[in-house]
Amino acid sequence: MQVTSSVREPLVTGGKTVHDVTEDICRQVEGKPTKSWMMGMAISLATLGIGTYAVFMLLWEGIGVWGLNKTVGWAWDITNFVWWVGIGHAGTLISAILLLFRQKWRMSINRAAEAMTIFAVICAACFPGLHMGRLWVGFYWALPLPNTWGSLWVNFNSPLLWDVFAISTYFTVSLVFWYIGLIPDFASIRDRATNKISKAVYGALSFGWDGAAKTWMRYESVALILAGLATPLVLSVHTIVSFDFATSVIPGWHTTIFPPYFVAGAIFSGFAMVLTLMLVTRRVFKLEDYITINHIELMNIVIIITGSIVGIAYITEFFIAWYSGVAAEQYAFINRATGPYWWAYWTMMTCNVISPQLFWFKKIRTNIAATFILSIIVNIGMWFERFVIIVTSLHRDYLPSSWAMFYPTFYDVGVYLFTFGLFFTAFLLFAKFFPVINMAEVKSIIKSSSLKSNK
Amino acid sequence: MESNKNFVLGIYDDEDVLLKAVTKVRESGVKIHEVYSPFPVHGLDEVLGYKRTRLPIAAFLFGLLGTTLALTMQTWMLGFDWPMIIGGKNFASLPPFVPVTFELTVLLSALGMVGTFMIVSDLKPYKKARLMDLRITDDKHVMAIDLAKNKLTIDQIKSIIGDSGATEVNDKKFED
Repeated sequence: MQVTSSVREPLVTGGKTVHDVTEDICRQVEGKPTKSWMMGMAISLATLGIGTYAVFMLLWEGIGVWGLNKTVGWAWDITNFVWWVGIGHAGTLISAILLLFRQKWRMSINRAAEAMTIFAVICAACFPGLHMGRLWVGFYWALPLPNTWGSLWVNFNSPLLWDVFAISTYFTVSLVFWYIGLIPDFASIRDRATNKISKAVYGALSFGWDGAAKTWMRYESVALILAGLATPLVLSVHTIVSFDFATSVIPGWHTTIFPPYFVAGAIFSGFAMVLTLMLVTRRVFKLEDYITINHIELMNIVIIITGSIVGIAYITEFFIAWYSGVAAEQYAFINRATGPYWWAYWTMMTCNVISPQLFWFKKIRTNIAATFILSIIVNIGMWFERFVIIVTSLHRDYLPSSWAMFYPTFYDVGVYLFTFGLFFTAFLLFAKFFPVINMAEVKSIIKSSSLKSNK
Repeated sequence: MESNKNFVLGIYDDEDVLLKAVTKVRESGVKIHEVYSPFPVHGLDEVLGYKRTRLPIAAFLFGLLGTTLALTMQTWMLGFDWPMIIGGKNFASLPPFVPVTFELTVLLSALGMVGTFMIVSDLKPYKKARLMDLRITDDKHVMAIDLAKNKLTIDQIKSIIGDSGATEVNDKKFED
């Protein structure tokens, strides 16, 4: 029996029926691309074009085209890598952890968030690949493949290799989770298709789905177990990414707080990106009845929590650096706040610690324009967090004789642009050709959580 | 009796009506071939009398395979095939092997379970769907009764389905 609640706000507004859900979500898949979609695509492709040139030159010339030097051997490459991986975390959090916690509000946003995860992880994976310089031999350095240098294997003691396994597992499991969820919705589009191409394409993608109760039973079991498997993955991936730094002896990196701090930061930035994308998507595709103010408010609450955890982590880091009594560690933190990169540090502090606290005010966290602006500010702040950790720690370590500054070149910026182009092109293609909202799941809550049932 | 009609289909609009209908139809002695829905209806598997799926066991076994594979691979590669001292660590020590072991356990468990799900549910690319009604993937629930597996006449079955709350009662014949 479905139980309706007059206490909780409806998750689907506008008095929608089950049939309306199919109509509303399939509309943008079946219709012609809108002008705003075409414009978005043109900008994304232009960005991708400029970025592709930068990537080509990087591979042609080598990583010398970047602004790296002997002191700062990692800069924008790994900053961008960690940033993109972090972006991906919200998708899995929404689809896996919130599924385990039976949070029905995830249903309108999980599909797009999962797509965001997949594309963000692809963008992230570009950086470790490209920063090896010789991408084509990089596979032998990263994967345990038999090679022509004798039986010299990859180093399983290295956090960099753990990263390879963590990211590739995360990507594969997220992709499978996403695709399994898409199958019933592809079947809906297939059965409505009027032209041959759509019928053939969605027919192939829907794997012969017929909606049998036995298949649904297995499907739900699979979804639950995948959620159970993906939940520790969310935590493990960014924990392992933080090991890249935490297991080294660079002042500012050698910190036990990194794993939980990185995970919280990842969820923080991931939710910010989900908000940025969902606010645009709901407007462009007229999905205000499915992604409601209630959804936006709940996501903003996650941002307050994770933003506050990140804020506490910054303060703890500073305290521990002082309390450790290690001069190099103390200097690393003083240098972050007052050294040549002070502006990056204070941008990070303002964007990540102060700005999310504005969401304590209900008026702000339920305001679409304010949420959109703050979501972008959080993403900027989180990029600076990774930049501060990486560059300010490297540019001045134990030996003052080797201190140096890092200045990005066109190619540093260009490769970052490449991933932006790739991400938005992929997301726009997804939004046009795939159902952006999980129809089957939303249909299952229409009776219990729609505006109609709550009246 | 119209022997050329293989299935009788009861079309339902509401999942709660469907759940009651399944119980009622089964109590009247009619064998239900399958129920088709646009979304998962909780409790449907129970009223249909389906056994719990064993996919969790498959997930566990594939996970175990992943753990074994990862530990064996790392120990053999670094401990025996090409032993090398890195940072003064042992050739093959367990703690640094934990992350890769964990990841491969999760990976094989997920892929193995999903593969098993695809095989047992007969889902594969380019498979033509055997649809009872086009509206199943939109908003209708369909109860299918296979005439060959029931002793009652088509009219008796139709009357039972009609009385159970179905909004439509149809016939369906499959060529295969």
